Amino acid sequence: MKIREIVDILEAEIICGEEHLDNELHSACGADMMSDVLAFVKDQSVLLTGLINPQVVRTADMMDMRCIVFVRGKCPDEQVVELAQERGIVLMKSPLRMFVACGKLYEKGLRGGC
Amino acid sequence: MSLATYRFEVPGDDFTRAGEASGSLKRSLKKIGFDPDIIRRVSIAMYEAEINMVIHANGGVIDVEVSPQKIDIWFRDKGPGIPDIDLAMQEGYSTAPDNVRSLGFGAGMGLPNIKKYTDEMKIDTEIGVGTTVYISVYAK
Repeated sequence: MKIREIVDILEAEIICGEEHLDNELHSACGADMMSDVLAFVKDQSVLLTGLINPQVVRTADMMDMRCIVFVRGKCPDEQVVELAQERGIVLMKSPLRMFVACGKLYEKGLRGGC
Repeated sequence: MSLATYRFEVPGDDFTRAGEASGSLKRSLKKIGFDPDIIRRVSIAMYEAEINMVIHANGGVIDVEVSPQKIDIWFRDKGPGIPDIDLAMQEGYSTAPDNVRSLGFGAGMGLPNIKKYTDEMKIDTEIGVGTTVYISVYAK
């Protein structure tokens, strides 16, 4: 699934990384505990989370995740956006809640990694 | 034969900067040209250990030695020490404070994750003196 399809499915607004919207993602992970994310290894994933601190971007970077969706319309501050830009990670915010956002992506064929 | 060595000072007072050292090493390993899977395993283990240093030990020093065969990392802190290592290694056991949990850490997965992603892991700890965690990831 291309990142731009995720933008449509989740009615999301792009915060940064528009130049990467044609990149393909193969799996998704929804979590607010970053250690749970770190226990999950899968290439080319999208991370859905309700947290907006810099550690979310650092965690995604360590995991080679290329896209982060902030649910419930949350928006991180400038420092977090700059960090994501440096690392080439797409950030977007969706008005949907975590459960619904994950459900919609699953319905469209995206799966969790192993 | 050592390809490179690195030293990182980890500040203990700023959680938002935790992970800078891990990010920096990750970029260096990419430049050297290690396999992405090896780089990711090193990065995750180092990130968890770096976060631990900030949460539990007011920072510390990280030394890295990179050779073609393996990446060795030592995390040295002057924190309170770990009273029961077996307990600390259990998934879900955590002594992290609530403010850290609200940032997405303190799930009790740090040390188990480090063990999971490394080929060697050794913890030397003394109560009131500090802790040294050694990890090694084989490049082959």
